[in-house]
Amino acid sequence: MTTSAVEATPYNFAYLDEQTKRMIRRAILKGIAIPGYQVPFASREMPMPYGWGTGGVQITAAIIGPDDVLKVIDQGADDTTNAVAIRGFFARTAGVATTTQTGEASIIQTRHRIPEQPLQSDQVLVFQVPIPEPLRFLEPRETETRKMHALEEYGIMHVKLYEDIARHGHIATTYAYPVLVDGRYVMDPSPIPKFDNPKLHQSDALLLFGAGREQRIYAIPPHTDVVSLDFEDYPFEVQTFDEPCAICGTRGTYLDEIITDDKGGRMFVCSDTDFCERQVARNQGVQNQSSAAASEKTEMTDA
Amino acid sequence: MYVAAKGGEQAIANAHRLLAHARRGDRDVPGLTLAQIAGQLALAVDRVMAEGSLYDRDLAALAIKQSRGDLIEAIFLVRAYRTTLPRLGASEPVDTARMQIRRRISATYKDLPGGQLLGPTFDYTHRLLEPEIAENDAPEQPATQAPNRDPVPRVTDVLGYEGLIESSPEAESGRPVADLTREPLEFPADRDLRLQALARGDEGFLLALGYSTQRGYARSHPFVGEIRFGDVEVEVFAEELGFAVTIGRIGVTECQMVNQFKGSAKAPPQFTRGYGLVFGQSERKAMSMALVDRSLRWQELGEEQTAPAQDEEFVLSHSDNVRATGFVEHLKLPHYVDFQAELELVRRMRAEIAERADAEIDPENTGPKNTGSKNTGPAGPNREAAE
Amino acid sequence: MLEDFTPSEAFVPEATAEDPPLLRASGVSHFYGNRVGCQDVSFELWPGEVLAIVGESGSGKSTLLGCLSGRLTPTAGVVEYRMRDQATRNIFDLSEAERRFLARTDWGFVHQDARNGLRMTISAGGNVGERLMAIGNRNYAAIRGEALDWLGRVEIDADRIDDRPEQFSGGMRQRLQIARNLVTGPRLVFMDEPTSGLDVSVQARLLDLLRGLVSDLSLSAIIVTHDLAVARMISHRMMVMRNGTVVESGLTDQILDDPQSAYAQLLVASVLQP
Repeated sequence: MTTSAVEATPYNFAYLDEQTKRMIRRAILKGIAIPGYQVPFASREMPMPYGWGTGGVQITAAIIGPDDVLKVIDQGADDTTNAVAIRGFFARTAGVATTTQTGEASIIQTRHRIPEQPLQSDQVLVFQVPIPEPLRFLEPRETETRKMHALEEYGIMHVKLYEDIARHGHIATTYAYPVLVDGRYVMDPSPIPKFDNPKLHQSDALLLFGAGREQRIYAIPPHTDVVSLDFEDYPFEVQTFDEPCAICGTRGTYLDEIITDDKGGRMFVCSDTDFCERQVARNQGVQNQSSAAASEKTEMTDA
Repeated sequence: MYVAAKGGEQAIANAHRLLAHARRGDRDVPGLTLAQIAGQLALAVDRVMAEGSLYDRDLAALAIKQSRGDLIEAIFLVRAYRTTLPRLGASEPVDTARMQIRRRISATYKDLPGGQLLGPTFDYTHRLLEPEIAENDAPEQPATQAPNRDPVPRVTDVLGYEGLIESSPEAESGRPVADLTREPLEFPADRDLRLQALARGDEGFLLALGYSTQRGYARSHPFVGEIRFGDVEVEVFAEELGFAVTIGRIGVTECQMVNQFKGSAKAPPQFTRGYGLVFGQSERKAMSMALVDRSLRWQELGEEQTAPAQDEEFVLSHSDNVRATGFVEHLKLPHYVDFQAELELVRRMRAEIAERADAEIDPENTGPKNTGSKNTGPAGPNREAAE
Repeated sequence: MLEDFTPSEAFVPEATAEDPPLLRASGVSHFYGNRVGCQDVSFELWPGEVLAIVGESGSGKSTLLGCLSGRLTPTAGVVEYRMRDQATRNIFDLSEAERRFLARTDWGFVHQDARNGLRMTISAGGNVGERLMAIGNRNYAAIRGEALDWLGRVEIDADRIDDRPEQFSGGMRQRLQIARNLVTGPRLVFMDEPTSGLDVSVQARLLDLLRGLVSDLSLSAIIVTHDLAVARMISHRMMVMRNGTVVESGLTDQILDDPQSAYAQLLVASVLQP
């Protein structure tokens, strides 16, 4: 009876039925055709909670094929719990190969980061989006924000930036930093740190964004202009870190702050775990070749 | 030295094993059967079916067992399963006038055709804990009478004969009924879509909204015209046969709220309606739904919008507890990338304020220039990535 | 004390006879169901002219203002406006995008309640700067400079630029609303009872300021008021409305000194007698 009813229902490849996948693909195609425009889609209830990546999972499920190689990251890391859970979901329901290596993946689903290694034209990056509407915190009403997008009434976005500067001397938005896509739609790039915003511009890879709870899909096709909003005299700028990664020694990557004790001790390490591991491996390769050159980087790992 | 935490997969597997163990509880105590849950926690099962939008007592019982009695989690399990089911068609509208009634009360008429039938209700019980049901749970057999097989007219039908209440809108043939599980929710939403959202909506949320209308936030002067609970037949139109055939029966609770009358110098006054219909026995939910349905009709009825219960975007966007719990609980997920971004900015701004304060104290200092991009971390120039 | 103000000078149109009016209303009517909001109103407004629409509450003056400013769609009639490119267009033939653009560049709208015309949680500078940003100004210093200039012109101290209107008095809020509207150099400003609810002395200061701005900037304005003293103080021409229709119109001084219709006589007699 009940339990057998559950068992008797074979889940389709990548969980979603083909009709639903077609519906999602249509939304994706529309999103690609109108870069940055939020396409409403009939998001399905997924076997994972809303807010935990249901939008990204539905996009991945709609585009993945048996030959794809999937990488899933959360906060840049492959081993965070939610990334592990989503990777396991597709390994189970689609039987696809998975990887942690950015260069090997054909589809990368991500929450809050863009990998450090530049993406290629044969790769797709799928973002999990909590609140797709960049105007939401200025205007809570969907009916009004849709009209504002339609009429390109975006003055209020700059009012927000103006207020930041007047109050703090800076644009105080650090993540989910709004962008103008292809000169037309203002878009929320999902809560990536603004550090990652420049990677959206003229990307070689297709960028897809899915918000399950809010039922929206949007896209940035390859080689599209993506401009972070700013003022001429207060230009957009990314975060910088004063230290290199304490593990691989690389400078210029996005770092996580690790608290090492309760007396203010802390260290900074790459948030992109795959990138960090490969850097370490490369450093070791260099070391093995010339052990005499005890590199500066090794010292830093010991620091 | 720091070593990044690894082995997330194993940790997750272990957590799931522990959860299963905790769910089972003391293994010396017999496990609950689904029949026990479906039979003895029937109202929990009803709620899971109603808000899970799937009428299946056994699946709902399984979900309650699996979720350790967390009903929103159970609703979520049912919803996720429901998504995978094929859609074979839509039934004909159920006819609640032909309901096999188990309970039926009206607050507007002392007596009426079909009578008042109290049925199984907590109303009028003394809320005193009854220790005896913990031990020897063998209540008296119920009193019985021959069932009434005749249709029982609804109070709104009675009022309708006299034209005292607005007529129920006619079905528009050929217009498909909205389904928010198949189409994205967009505003403005028609009443069919609103009612579907309310029927699936969180009981507690609707209860609070309905309550707020009673306290004056969009007051609608409601009377319970009637509440009825019982079984209705579900019919499907069979193309091959050319007529509708019954495919089963479901238990539903219906609430017809009779609200504040409307009229003008030209149109004679009429009472207005608020409607609630939910799977199983849940009068609280059906009544709350009827109150909120009525308050959401402010525009159609030419009323002023003053309160949250009238705001369809607000109500419909927040009534779904599976969405709500997902998004509230997602705050548990790591956010350290974004938090790091905020930390960096707050430290920088604090350092700038401190520098300005120092400059004011030290007259030698010409004062730092606020460049908006200065870094105040330990040391070191900012360089590009190594590759 | 308002009646102490000198009457406004009679309006002398700057434009020659060939110039079309800035705005022309023809047969504008608006019904709420069967109830008349305003009915068959026609008039022309010339560049630099200030027109007052006066009447009691319920006379239809606010409905008419709504129709003229594109906020309400008339049941019948046409409202034509001479755009900056000199082409005269029916504002209801414009797309919504065009109409909204017009409303935030070439028009202003001063609300009776400043809460409806300001963003109360945004600083005064942000309020004034919003229109500039909406039309593409992307230089913070320039926007701020412009905002400071306008705050000065409406007599708000420069050090209040980062304060929110929440912290402003009623008169300051109205002045801020005016600055927010005028920053894009509109040619036409609609005002809905801009001085009501203010103390008499605050009203007088605001009207004085408005009168100065209107003449300095050669603004055209349509001002709705129930207060004949306000109309006398600021308008060149006025229309008296009752039950949705215009019962008298003409030069403000003439109507106030020598009202022709019985209703206007009653109004003038009841309000302006010392």
